[in-house]
Amino acid sequence: MATVSVCQYHRGGFSFENCKRNALLEADINKLGFSSPAARKTGTTICGVVYKDGVVLGADTRATEGMVVADKNCSKIHYISPNVYCCGAGTAADTEMTTQIISSNLELHSLSTGRLPRVATANRMLKQMLFRYQGYIGAALVLGGVDSTGPQLYSIYPHGSTDKLPYVTMGSGSLAAMAVFEDRYRPNMEEEEAKRLVRDAIAAGIFNDLGSGSNIDLCVITKGKVDYLRPHDVDHHLIHICLNFAHGTTGVLTKAVTPLNLEVVEESVQTMDTS
Amino acid sequence: VMISARAYGDNGKMKEYHYTGPVEHKFSPYAFNGGTVLAVAGEDFALVASDTRLSEGYSIHSRDSPKCYKLTDTTVIGCSGFHGDCLTLTKIIEARLKMYKHSNNKSMTSGAIAAMLSTILYGKRFFPYYVYNIIGGLDEEGRGAVYSFDPVGSYQRDTYKAGGSASAMLQPLLDNQIGFKNMENVEQLPLTLEKAVQLVKDVFISAAERDVYTGDALKICIITKEGIREEIVPLRKD
Repeated sequence: MATVSVCQYHRGGFSFENCKRNALLEADINKLGFSSPAARKTGTTICGVVYKDGVVLGADTRATEGMVVADKNCSKIHYISPNVYCCGAGTAADTEMTTQIISSNLELHSLSTGRLPRVATANRMLKQMLFRYQGYIGAALVLGGVDSTGPQLYSIYPHGSTDKLPYVTMGSGSLAAMAVFEDRYRPNMEEEEAKRLVRDAIAAGIFNDLGSGSNIDLCVITKGKVDYLRPHDVDHHLIHICLNFAHGTTGVLTKAVTPLNLEVVEESVQTMDTS
Repeated sequence: VMISARAYGDNGKMKEYHYTGPVEHKFSPYAFNGGTVLAVAGEDFALVASDTRLSEGYSIHSRDSPKCYKLTDTTVIGCSGFHGDCLTLTKIIEARLKMYKHSNNKSMTSGAIAAMLSTILYGKRFFPYYVYNIIGGLDEEGRGAVYSFDPVGSYQRDTYKAGGSASAMLQPLLDNQIGFKNMENVEQLPLTLEKAVQLVKDVFISAAERDVYTGDALKICIITKEGIREEIVPLRKD
């Protein structure tokens, strides 16, 4: 039957053979009382807006592990190509690896075509990969850039659907950010107004969504120039903690000193090729 | 090209489709509203502090909902967990305090309130109040007292205790700074009121950095023989 042969035919790409083994290992670990490491999600606010001369992308900088802040200043705006950047929400490892893979493939493609990469190409590559994995790669992306066709902005969902829009938001703080956009977005804004709008949308996510916080990163992409503003806005929370521990506060239980008696046998200098 | 193998059995044939029946979605009578409380007992004072953020899921209900409730002139209780149960429980405690005052012609002492709360909580052992309680006050001799509870009424008297969502982050720091644990060659001076208040502020600022449920503002109730004084300190709002 055709269905049987398709099921058993492995043609490159990702192999699910180890899933059964992983399930058994996980059961064994749980029996011993430990738990396997959980995938870290970025409860996030990311957004993008198309303005007169290009696109502005924005993101917060908090990464959470459950309801504990794992990273207070992580970078969520990823490089795809010199004229295309991508914000990522969802599982942190997935957004990082997916954008790196597509960035690499896009560079090779660009060398092959001899042209600057297009945003639509990056969009097509991302959606085809995410659809192939049927939503198991938890990456929700905001892709923006400027190419020969003009400034473009796409939102890409984990299952592989995309939308080409003038303004988009993603992540747990997307509703707060979208509220700001729906209130104040106008077509063909000036650069300062667009930056202010994106900054305010991310700020709405930071203050009203518990999964987002810390600083605001912006990325302004125009024809021929990229302004990667990290951080664009820092949270001015000063921490006054002064805990001074004098020497000898931590008790030393045992001390074992092993002298390593080394002597210089040979010394040579080799110049590095830095050309 | 990927195909989902869920619908196929090991022999390659499609699995039989069984209708499992209507799916029942269970209603949960509890919600988690976040918040952290902390109490410290000194030689002649007690502190009860809490943050003022009320949250649910990823949203904030209120930035100004303190979790300390004044019971008598010498006792304050901090309640965090499910806000509905916090409100009901404090209502019941206040009613019982009035009843005691009318029958016995005197206010309840901290120790008596603690013992009573334990019986109130255990009374609902099989449908508990989802509340983490910490009582702070002065005992009959004027010394600081802290009583910490679990949701079903087990309690003990402590020198310091943290409860609520960031309790696991605060408690080890308090163990080190107030209990002098894991430190040698340190002069174990008794805790002064000023140092205790500064420590409580520092500890909540740290908790607000890493716990998403803690933030907005910190309210400290300082209990001395002169009465109860309040101090409000802003925390991060993100």
